[in-house]
Formats: sequence, structure tokens, C-alpha cells
Amino acid sequence: MNYVDLFRVTLPETVLEIAALLVLVVDLGVVRKAALQMRLAVAAIVGIAGCGVAIWSLSMQGSTGLTYGAGNDLILLGVGGYIAAAQVGILVLTALTLLLLTGSVFTRNAGEYVAIVLMAAAGGLLIAAAQDLLVIFIGLELLSLGLYVLTAFAKASAKSAEAAMKYYLFGGMSAAFLLFGFSYLYGLTGSTNLHQILLQLHNGDLYQATPLLNVSVVLIVTGLGFKVAAVPFHLWAPDTYEGAPAPAAAFIASVSKVASFALLIGIATAAVHVFDVPGNAAASGQQLHLGFGGPWMVLLVTLSTASMVLGNLAALVQVSVRRLLAYSAIAHAGYILTAVAFFSYSPLSTNAILYYILTYGLTIIGAFGVISVVERATGSDRVDAFLGLQKRNPLLAAVLLVLFLSLAGIPPLVGFWAKFNLFAAVLSVSAGVVPFTLVALAVAMSAVSLYYYLQVLKRAYVMPAVDDTPIKAHPVTLIVLVAIAAAVVLMGCFPTVLQNWIAGF
Amino acid sequence: MLAWTIYLSFAGALIEALLPKGKAGLARWFALCIALLGLLHAVGGFIQGIGQGRNVIVDVPWVPSMGIHFLLAADGISRVLVLLTGLAAVAGILFSWNVEHRTNEFFAFYLALIGGVYGVFLSFDLFLLFVFYEIAIVPKYFLIAIWGSTRREYGAMKLALYSFVGSAMVLIGLLAAYSTAGSHSTSLIDLAHAGLPVSFQMWCFPLVFIGFAILAGMWPFHTWAPTGHVAAPTAASMLLAGVVMKLGAYGCLRVGMGLFPRGLDAWGWTFLGIGSWRDVFAILAVIGIVYGALVALAQTDFKFVIGYSSVSHMGFVLLGLMTLNQIGVTGAVLQMFSHGVIAGLLFAIVGRVVYDRTHTRQFAELEPMHLARRLPFAAWAFVIAGMASMGLPGFSGFVAELQVLIGAWIAKPWWTVAAGLGIVIGVAYTWRALQKAFFGDRLPTAEEHPKIGWPDLGAITWPEITGVALLTLTSFAVGLYPRILLDTIEPAVKALLAGGGQ
Repeated sequence: MNYVDLFRVTLPETVLEIAALLVLVVDLGVVRKAALQMRLAVAAIVGIAGCGVAIWSLSMQGSTGLTYGAGNDLILLGVGGYIAAAQVGILVLTALTLLLLTGSVFTRNAGEYVAIVLMAAAGGLLIAAAQDLLVIFIGLELLSLGLYVLTAFAKASAKSAEAAMKYYLFGGMSAAFLLFGFSYLYGLTGSTNLHQILLQLHNGDLYQATPLLNVSVVLIVTGLGFKVAAVPFHLWAPDTYEGAPAPAAAFIASVSKVASFALLIGIATAAVHVFDVPGNAAASGQQLHLGFGGPWMVLLVTLSTASMVLGNLAALVQVSVRRLLAYSAIAHAGYILTAVAFFSYSPLSTNAILYYILTYGLTIIGAFGVISVVERATGSDRVDAFLGLQKRNPLLAAVLLVLFLSLAGIPPLVGFWAKFNLFAAVLSVSAGVVPFTLVALAVAMSAVSLYYYLQVLKRAYVMPAVDDTPIKAHPVTLIVLVAIAAAVVLMGCFPTVLQNWIAGF
Repeated sequence: MLAWTIYLSFAGALIEALLPKGKAGLARWFALCIALLGLLHAVGGFIQGIGQGRNVIVDVPWVPSMGIHFLLAADGISRVLVLLTGLAAVAGILFSWNVEHRTNEFFAFYLALIGGVYGVFLSFDLFLLFVFYEIAIVPKYFLIAIWGSTRREYGAMKLALYSFVGSAMVLIGLLAAYSTAGSHSTSLIDLAHAGLPVSFQMWCFPLVFIGFAILAGMWPFHTWAPTGHVAAPTAASMLLAGVVMKLGAYGCLRVGMGLFPRGLDAWGWTFLGIGSWRDVFAILAVIGIVYGALVALAQTDFKFVIGYSSVSHMGFVLLGLMTLNQIGVTGAVLQMFSHGVIAGLLFAIVGRVVYDRTHTRQFAELEPMHLARRLPFAAWAFVIAGMASMGLPGFSGFVAELQVLIGAWIAKPWWTVAAGLGIVIGVAYTWRALQKAFFGDRLPTAEEHPKIGWPDLGAITWPEITGVALLTLTSFAVGLYPRILLDTIEPAVKALLAGGGQ
């Protein structure tokens, strides 16, 4: 490892951090006296420009990752491939959440908000690329600390503070679990490098040797399960989704999910490619989960089943649309975990998971955009706040229709293809009883999910309005939302575009 | 030519949604033009296809990595059902001429539904078929929930969830078939030739068949049908009974029986004389025929009678499919067409001609109104439609049901006996409905009189007359000269039965 390489590989993160500082300087220095909306717009523009430059800088990274160690063969940060696709996704989705800021009134600290968003996004970029336990932990903390602050950003709202407190306590504890698990892994294998650890676990047959490894895997899955809000580590999600300011909630629901699943892809990839580690001669394995083996898969299958069932059933009875989306997010995480549990040697699973999480992130940002507009007009995110939306703002209602139907997985919207790719990937890895049952359960559960999505759409389209006054949306917000809905429709009609884009990295 | 039916409908739906609000006349005429153009293409495609086998219309790779093609093709069965869709679409618009509430949205959802239905009948790629099948669910929900009547939100949600559960079962089966075949093609023809193992077909067939049969109204999964039909606005119940239930039956035939022909083989053991999935579904179909008819006999709501009669008539379609012989399956396809026309006509009379004028469908309240004298057009239209529905010679229903019964006799005689019982009850409930709704001679009691108040029923309008004429003449034409459709259906059925499906 030399510092030129380090600078080269962490260029996007560096760009984001510089942009974050720049936002602070501009906001506190140049436009300090301007009106709030003006300051928000300036901060968002600088932030979006930062994301744009970071995307461009991804192409300057070169093709080799950051390596260290005696033979310079241990990889610290990867580049290219699914990592680059996930990073571009993170940056684009971050920019979209910044666009939703226009018209917001929840804070007077425009510069700080955008700076923290950018720093959290940098954490997301880091964990997407990380191949080493310590870097994973640092990246996760950078991301999480940002999210706690963002959740609490509506200083005037008690709900926001409560949600942040819960999120922080749960998050802190899960970080402790994760670190504890990591320490066992290090103790067992003497390495913090993911590939080294997995190779040693496999070669040394440590599962037979010590039960400690099982404990460690349970602890690690706890920590990661918290990040993706899988049952039973999901309790923070409904409160956070409900309490956080809408753009922050959109960020948590999209960017943080993309980054966390990119991390899971990284771990799963390392596990199935355990023999492909540089310096290791034996390159045989197409087998399943050589590295972590049984317990890892059992845990993921359990989390996935519990998340699908509980997420969908709990969503049925929600009256707050934000909580409804939180439980539906839990269910979606459950679907994806199925594909993480049954992970293919070929890039099939990686591409399917990325496709799912990127399109899901895009859709959920749009959904929170609609919610924020409705909330600002009616002061509530209850399902009844959506009564007569079709009359009050037809365009907004149409956007909501497209996004929610996509979340329910109705073709030809993109959500259908995401589900289809994902389930086809699971079945292509193994057509055994367990994966097939999981897929059948997932499909059955998405039939359940249609009910609660229709509950909201029913109020928007079917039931009579109690209040006919038109809802005005900020033109920028409206353009962003319509663009997102159009993207959901178009990507659904031409599913290969995104597939090829992801596979092309 | 046939592919344009799909494109026209979806483009029409989009434009319809963008039309200015409050101009109901414009929305109506535009929708009628689109539907007529669709019918024109359907008829054109039908005539072009006479004497031809299956021809591919469009074949473009859609998702090459998974072998999914945008593959539209048509054989005799598709052409006949596309023709039915075209007719039902035009008739439905004629009978919704009086929709004044959010008219352009109504027709936008309506045309989107029609587009999805055309798409299902013309898809020869499994996933394309599934995509169109699901596209049809959402517009149904909104058509019923917004413009419906009695318990519309309940009926709409029930219908949407039943459909979605059915399609979830289909999706599971399709994913399993796709991964088992491993052929990297989702074309129905390729999958049918993939040689799926018999043990796999044995469990996948019932899954997919039931998934589709839910929408075909198979007992005991039929309960969405009466509530959905009754809650729906006239045009939507016409489409539900006329074409949407056919989507289910068509899926059973094309996908269920086409892809998994060995799923119908004997299990090798019998229980109470039931030795294969074929026996199971045939018995369910027969129960549906008799049960639907019996329940229809006991209804007090005019529209529920027609709703349950649909369950009974769709039982004939499923029974015909399970005969697995040329005449029975041909009869089933013809029954799909025939029931589509006749049920559409019945729902139009009950929903548009009678209910929209009297604002009641209860026999007890219709009886003292003496509708035969006050709405002779409705009464005579219903007499004709009722005769067609009973299966009197000269109407399309007769030919279709006769073929199904002969096919069933060849397969297992007692199926025919039981189904024949259903026909007898069918005469009874139609007669009863006719008598109570139109030819009742009870005079209103003293306290009823002011309530009924002899409302002004209004004149019969031209769209109603045109619509009734269109549907009646179609049923007549097919009844008098069934070869017009049979010549197209028979070769396609023969190919389907012989070729291991396709």
C-alpha cells in the first residue's frame, strides 16, 4: 500500500468530504444572510455538484483495488464491478434526496444538513468497497452517526428527537454486537481481512473445532441485520421512518439500504469466492458458501422468513403511511436476504440484488417525496391525509399510483422485474426445497402486500375527499417526482437497460 | 394486424387519461372509436387467419439474458377470443354511455383493461402473458371501486386480492418451470418441448391450473365472482363475465394444460374413484355447474342471479377442458365465446337498462313495477338473452354446451348426467328471474306505492339498442352457423391436444 494508491481508491469519498466542507463554507460564509429557501437551494446545488464530481471521479479510480500486507496481496478496498455500480447508485440516490430539500421547512441549518448527508454518503461508499473488518466498521459508523443526526434534524419536533434517540440506542448496541463478533473472528483467524478469514475458516474447518465461530456469526448477523432492518432487529425502523424529516427518511430508506446490501454482497461474494483470493492456488469452488457455511445460511434464511412475514403482516394494520413504508421496507429486506442466503458464484445474484435495491431506493425516494408534499399540505402522514389526492393534485396521485404499484410488484413496472430477477437468481442457485419454499413464501407475501398499498391508493383515487383544496407542490419537487415515476415505468418496459448497466461494470 | 389491438388500447387509455376533464361526450366518442378500431383489427385478424395455423406476429427479444421475448402470435383459439374481446369492448362502451362521473378516467381504466386482455390472448411467451395478465388486475380494481354500486370497495378489494393470489400461484409455478426446464427461453413452445419431468408436472400443473382457475370462477374459489360482478358498474361486469373470466380459462388451457400435459395423467392410485388431477378438476367443475345454478335459484337480487349463473356457465368451460377430447375442448372454447357474449348481454340488461332506471335490483321491488309493460324493450331483450343463456337451439350456447356434454359423455358419462342437471336448473332460475323482474303481476301494496312512485323510466337510448342488437345477433349467428367459429377453433385445439400442448 502506498499513499498514491490510497488517494486514488478513496477519491470519491475524498470528493464528498471536500464538498461537505465546501457546503459549510458557502452556507455559513457566502449566503448566511439569505432566505432559508435560497440557502437550502444553494446547499443542495453544491451537494449535488459534489455527488456529480464523485461519480466522475469513480472513473479515475483505476482498475486495481487497494492492497496491503507482506506480499501486497490482501485487499482493503475493492474497486470496479458491483462496487462501482453500487457507488454510482449511492451517489445518484443521494443527489435525488438532496433535490427533495426544496421547499422544506424542518430546519434552518441548510449547510449542516447537506454536509452531514454527504459525509454519511461517503460512509456508504466506503462500506460498499470495504474488504476488511476494520474498514467495514469505520464505514458503518461514519454512515450511522450521520443517520442519527439526520433523524434528529427537525429540532422543533419531539417525534424526531424520540426517533433519533431510539435509533441511536439500537444502533449503538448493534454496533457493539458487530464489533464483538469481529473480535472473535480476529481471535480465531488472526486476520482482519475478509478473504483471509474466510479462507482460514474453510481450510481449518473451524466450525468443527470450536463453537465460538457460531457465536461470532450470530453476533455479526445481528449487527448487519440491524442495518438492513431485518426482523427481529427491525424495531428502530418504524419510529425512525415516522419521526425523521422526509428527506432524511428518504435517505435512510434508500442510500443506507443500498450501502448495507452492497456490504452484504461483499461478504457473500468473498464467501463464495474463497478460493479466488490472490495468492491462493486452488481455484476450484462453485460450491455454496464455502467460507461461512451452515450457520450463516441458516441465520439468513431465518431472518428473511421472519422479515417477509412480519413486515407484510404488520404493514396491513398501519394507519401512518410512513410506518407502512417502514414495515414494507422490512418485508423488502426479507426478500433480498433470500438472495443473500442463496448466493451464486456467478454475478447473477449480485446483479439481481443490486437491481432490486437500486430500483427500490429510487421508488422509495419518490414515495417519501409524495408524502412530504402531502404532509406539508395536511400536516399529517395518516392514510386519511391522502383522501381525494386525485382531485387535489392529479399529477401527484398518478406518481403515487405508479410508485406504490411498483413496490407491490405489478408488471410492467420496475418492481416486478426486480422481484422476478431476484427470485429467478435464488432458484438458479439451488432448486432445493428450502429456496423454493422461500421464494413461494415471498411471492405469496407480495400478494398480501398489494392489500396495504391499495389501502393508500384507494384513499387517493376512490374515496371522496373531505377537503377539496388543491395541493401545491414545489415545481422542482414535482419535476423530480414525475421523473422518478417515468423512470420506474420506462425501466419496467425496458428492463434490460439497467440490467446491462449493472452487468457492464 | 392483431397486435394493433393491444397498442391501440393502451395508447387510447393514455390519451383518454390526458383528455380535458368534464368533456364526457368527447371521452365517450373517443373510447368508442378506439374500441371500434380494435374490433376492426380483431375481425381483420380473424378473417386473415381462416385456414391458417399458428402465425407469429411480433418476435423481439425483450430480456435476452433470461430468454424473454416480446412474442405475440395467434392460433385459432386466440383469434376467436380476441374477436370476443373486441365485441365485448364495443358493447361495454355502448352500455356505459351514461357514465357522467370522471368519464375520461373511467374509459382510461377501461381501455387499459381491454389492452391487457388482448395482450394475454396474443402472448406466446410465458412471461409476457403473465405481465399482461397482471396489468389487467389494477384497472379492474379501480373500475369497481370508483364507479361501482353495492359494497363496491369490498367487492373490488376481494376481486383484486383473489386475482393477485391466483397470479402469485401462477408466478411460483412459472418460476419453477423456468428453472426446471433450464432452456433459457420462456416461449410457450420452447417450454412445452423442454420435456419437464412427469413428477414435476404432477405438482406444478395443479398449482398453475388453480391459479388461473381462480379467475375462471372455479368452485370453491368462485366467491369473488358474484360479489365482484354485482359491485361492478355495468361495463365492468360485462367485461368481468365476458372476457376476464375467460382469461382464467384461457390460462388453464394454454399454460396449465399446454405446458404440463402429463400433469393430467393418472396418479396410479385412486381414492373414491378419483385417480388424477383431471378427475379432481372435472368434479370441481361439475360442482360449480350445479352449485352455481342452485344458488342462482335462491337469489333475491337480479344481478346476483346473473353473477351465479356465470359461475355455473364457466363450470362448463372447465368441464370441457377436462374432457381432453377434441369435441369437449372445442366446446369449451366455443362456450368461452358464447358465454362472453350472452353474459355481457344479461349484465347489460340488468345493470344498464333496468337498474340505471329503477335504481333497484330487488325482485320484491321490481315485481310491482310491471316492467314488461313499461320497458318492453328490456323485457324482450331479456327473454332472448335468457333463452340463449338456457341453451336453446339457435343460440351459440346450445352448440357449445352440447359439445361439452358429448365430450364429457365420452370421458365419463356421469359427468354429463350431473352437468345436465345444471342445465335444467339453469332453465328454472332464468325463468324465475324473467317472471319476477319483468312479468310480475303483483300490484304494489299501499305502503309500497308512494315509495316506488312510478318513477319516470326514460326512453331507451340508441347506444342500448345498438349494443343489444350487436350481442344478440352475434349469439344468433354463431348459433345458426357455428362453423364460422368452429372451423377456426378445431384445428387449433387438435394441434394443442396432439402436440403435447403446443
